[in-house]
Amino acid sequence: MTEPTIYELSSSGRTGVRYPAPDVPVSDLPKGFVRDNLPLPELSELDVIRHFTHLSSLNYSIDSGLYPLGSCTMKYNPKINEVTARIPGFAFTHPLQPEDTVQGNLALMYDLQEHLKEISGFSAVSLEPAAGAQGEFVGVSIIRAFHRQNSDPKRTKILIPDSAHGTNPATSAMSGFEVVPVPSDSRGNVDLAALRAVCDDTVAGLMLTNPNTLGLFDENVLQVIKIVHEVGGLVYGDGANLNALLGITRPGDLGIDIMHFNLHKTFSTPHGGGGPGSGPVGVTSRLADFLPSPIVKMIEEGTDEIAPLYSLFTPKHTIGRVKSFQGQFGMFVRAYTYIRMHGPEGLRKISEYAVLNANYLLSKIRNSYHLPYDRTCMHEFVVEGMWSDIPEIHALDIAKRLMDYKFHPPTNYFPLIVHEALMIEPTETESMQTLDLFADAMLKIAEEAKTSPQLLKEAPHDTPIGRLDELRAAKELVLCCWYPEEKQD
Amino acid sequence: MNTPANLKYTKSDEWVLLDGKIATVGVTDYAQEQLSDVVFVEITVDIDDVVKKQGHIATIESVKAAADVNSPVSGKVILINQDLANSPEHVNTDPFGTAWMVKIEISDLAEMSQLMDAKTYEEYCSTRSH
Amino acid sequence: MFIPHTKAETAQMLKSIGAKSIEDLFSVVPEKYRFPKLDLPSGVTEMEVLGEMKEYAAANETVEDLICFLGAGAYNHYIPAAVDMLLRRGEFYTAYTPYQPEISQGTLQAVFEFQTLMANLTGMDVSNASHYDGATATAEAGVMAYHNYRGKRPKILLSASVNPQNREVLCSYLCGYENIEIETLGMENPLDFSPDAMISSIDENTSLVVVQYPDFFGRIYDLSKLADEVHAKGALLAVVTNPIALGLLKTPGEFGADIVVGEGQPLGIPLSYGGPYLGFFTTKKEYVRKIAGRLVGETVDAKGKRGYVLTLTAREQHIRREKATSNICSNQGLMALAATIYLSLLGKNGLKQVADLCFQKAHYAAKKISELPGFKIIGKGPFFHEFVVQCPISAKEINERLLDYQILGGFELAKVYPDLKNHLLVAVTEMNSLEEIEYLVNSLAEVSHD
Repeated sequence: MTEPTIYELSSSGRTGVRYPAPDVPVSDLPKGFVRDNLPLPELSELDVIRHFTHLSSLNYSIDSGLYPLGSCTMKYNPKINEVTARIPGFAFTHPLQPEDTVQGNLALMYDLQEHLKEISGFSAVSLEPAAGAQGEFVGVSIIRAFHRQNSDPKRTKILIPDSAHGTNPATSAMSGFEVVPVPSDSRGNVDLAALRAVCDDTVAGLMLTNPNTLGLFDENVLQVIKIVHEVGGLVYGDGANLNALLGITRPGDLGIDIMHFNLHKTFSTPHGGGGPGSGPVGVTSRLADFLPSPIVKMIEEGTDEIAPLYSLFTPKHTIGRVKSFQGQFGMFVRAYTYIRMHGPEGLRKISEYAVLNANYLLSKIRNSYHLPYDRTCMHEFVVEGMWSDIPEIHALDIAKRLMDYKFHPPTNYFPLIVHEALMIEPTETESMQTLDLFADAMLKIAEEAKTSPQLLKEAPHDTPIGRLDELRAAKELVLCCWYPEEKQD
Repeated sequence: MNTPANLKYTKSDEWVLLDGKIATVGVTDYAQEQLSDVVFVEITVDIDDVVKKQGHIATIESVKAAADVNSPVSGKVILINQDLANSPEHVNTDPFGTAWMVKIEISDLAEMSQLMDAKTYEEYCSTRSH
Repeated sequence: MFIPHTKAETAQMLKSIGAKSIEDLFSVVPEKYRFPKLDLPSGVTEMEVLGEMKEYAAANETVEDLICFLGAGAYNHYIPAAVDMLLRRGEFYTAYTPYQPEISQGTLQAVFEFQTLMANLTGMDVSNASHYDGATATAEAGVMAYHNYRGKRPKILLSASVNPQNREVLCSYLCGYENIEIETLGMENPLDFSPDAMISSIDENTSLVVVQYPDFFGRIYDLSKLADEVHAKGALLAVVTNPIALGLLKTPGEFGADIVVGEGQPLGIPLSYGGPYLGFFTTKKEYVRKIAGRLVGETVDAKGKRGYVLTLTAREQHIRREKATSNICSNQGLMALAATIYLSLLGKNGLKQVADLCFQKAHYAAKKISELPGFKIIGKGPFFHEFVVQCPISAKEINERLLDYQILGGFELAKVYPDLKNHLLVAVTEMNSLEEIEYLVNSLAEVSHD
């Protein structure tokens, strides 16, 4: 059954939510500025509730099943987060209110900043960037600002390992840098010789994801960072894979200069069907002045009787504002709630079990799927979604068949350095039983690939809709609902 | 895979047909196979633009990928294939014919010797992973 | 906390892996930096954390405690109960980006409907799936314009009456571009700077002209002449707008805008101290391939059943990588859903009603304030729901005193336009009753005496 669109459900004259008549004397509307047609649907409240309830039933979600999506960290989203974010004392504050009326918000932001600093080993944190990609943009902008301040304009290159997420080169290019790829070696580490060969004083920095997108912790990470530092470059850490490192090691300790956090990955804020995320950035002390504004500072320490006083602050050499207001505040409340529930012991447990789960799952499927880099993985691992003796089966077909087993597929086709990659990250909130069921499905599919490949090629069979014609979507480009002309009056 | 003998080729899968000083440029059969269904072609140079060898002349978009087309030669753009905007699928069906992209009046004939002939290009393609 | 493993299960798993202990899995981490002691307070239970968060919240005053006349980019509107009830469905908020369309039709269709609503609301042909907020959407308009002319027209003109945060963010995004020139016009007299005054500065180096409608000071101007002149010079016009205003007012599309962007927070999204909010971006059909961000398109499956997919993904960062024109990865999915539900609940009649209430109440408030000795309403021409008040004493002083009356006064314009020390930007919405407006007027009369 296709769910109609809101325009198809619309019935002329139907009203939903009503508002009171004006309680003030009425003024004339501005001549020449009043629109004569407002093409919005007309639905009752029940129409709306039913429509969106139906739509929700067409979705897979963490609440319904496992999402082994590598690099996305699809962990359980605690319900308490939704309660705390909605506390009226938070939800009903206007972003431009005078600071003495929002000391609670500022205190929470300050405490979150402090917690993130301690977790990552950085000296300063800005919560402002709205998502990981924005956090990256901030990181690269700080690199540029730093070198500019040191009158070092010949540093035009950013080094990026070939396993990197697409946002890394995109961000570098949009910030005016030349992207220089650095190959990985046969163990999945950054190739040290290749790195040394490209490191000179025209290098502004290296964007490093560690553990990388293969799920591997770089065996030479200290060396890698040292080589770049020795030529005067900075090291930016992509914090997408931080779920492997909480309480295990601190990027700041390893020598990383800047890193972005993904609150919607590591810190359990919900993915929302594609956002909102939140991408705070942490830096070492020599870069603190470049952070985007605003940051929360404690301007007066508290006593036993009086709370401290907080204020918003613009760093001396800030790269500027990247978003309106103070960042994704609602996500700060959620992430901070999560961090407070865990504390240091709990945080370490997260990473321990994230890594345990990934290695366990790997141990269950490695005999059926080729593992290109045979090492202990961190919180995720990459296998090949293909068999050389069954050339017609691709990772995509495995992915689609998994849906028939009621699982969301892993990330596919990424990283680019593995053929038909399947990047699998179970996260720590999945039980052994769930992992067994998933491993079971993967093994069954491997068997089906041999005996009845058509099942994979034509998958999925049991989902609300089958494989969609993406070519048609791109060619015809229908991006808006159709609605009959006569409904416009 | 089709590799017309009268054309020259680049490592990035462009072909060149030389007629006197006029070079016609497009992308090869190998390229369109890799891209699969092309949905859009954007020619990023205008008539009278001067291009350098390796300069960007077009972007091809398919459902899954986007590829850059770079000029195999230096010179001045004298003609652009306007039809491609409406019929991007020609890149898949007729890469060497109706899917030509630009015509360039070349400035340095010597650059042609840097390009591969059909046989060399075919050998090159056979060594590449799919 | 949310880790389900028992001791027995952990042992079994370690056995399957062939590791002795969990610690062994981390031997690759340099020993010197392994297992740091984090100097943080111990974790607490759910019950305790709720108490802690409530304490933070209690240290705030909200727009439920104070009577709100503050706008300047974020507005206190009524959010119908059905919006949050639907947003709380785990199938929506715990879902991932719809990269696997077969199991994400809920999200995809909702975004498709969002795209339609925004295109229709703004009078344009197409919309994307949203940006982080109005300010980043404005920045993306700059990025799109720059690339549209392939960098050959490096000048961007901004009006001083565009929200200052939008201007700041646009600058942050574009300052790394080659040869870029971003000019803000009208800063010498922002309150008196009409869009037509930008015309003389447009030339063949201009890719984009950006104005706001209603502008930051609440004023509405006819943009047709500006649009014509922009197009005559071969450039693009971007208009930053307020979606509630469009329930009543002629659309930027009708005036000739090429790109329309804005902040969607007024559409069913709580104030929440500034985020998460919702940027929208709409444009004409001919620019659809240049839009950043996600796009949902309609198609069919093998059986001919209608469905939706993310489309034109080849433009995006995960495929184009360094050739992508923007690095944007996520949109604001859940907030776009909120806006879709809000607009569905209100519909054409409801949105018009809300817009009308805002308009009427603001005009009544402005009239009564203008009758107070020492107070003046600044601005010629019509306005929507915000207006500038020139006070007899400093606006900062007025606001401090108003707080004692439990009133959140307007935005102190001196914070952004330093010469406007006595000026307040006052916003009125459907949430302000007649009594509240009269209380504001009376309080202003009282606090303006030294």
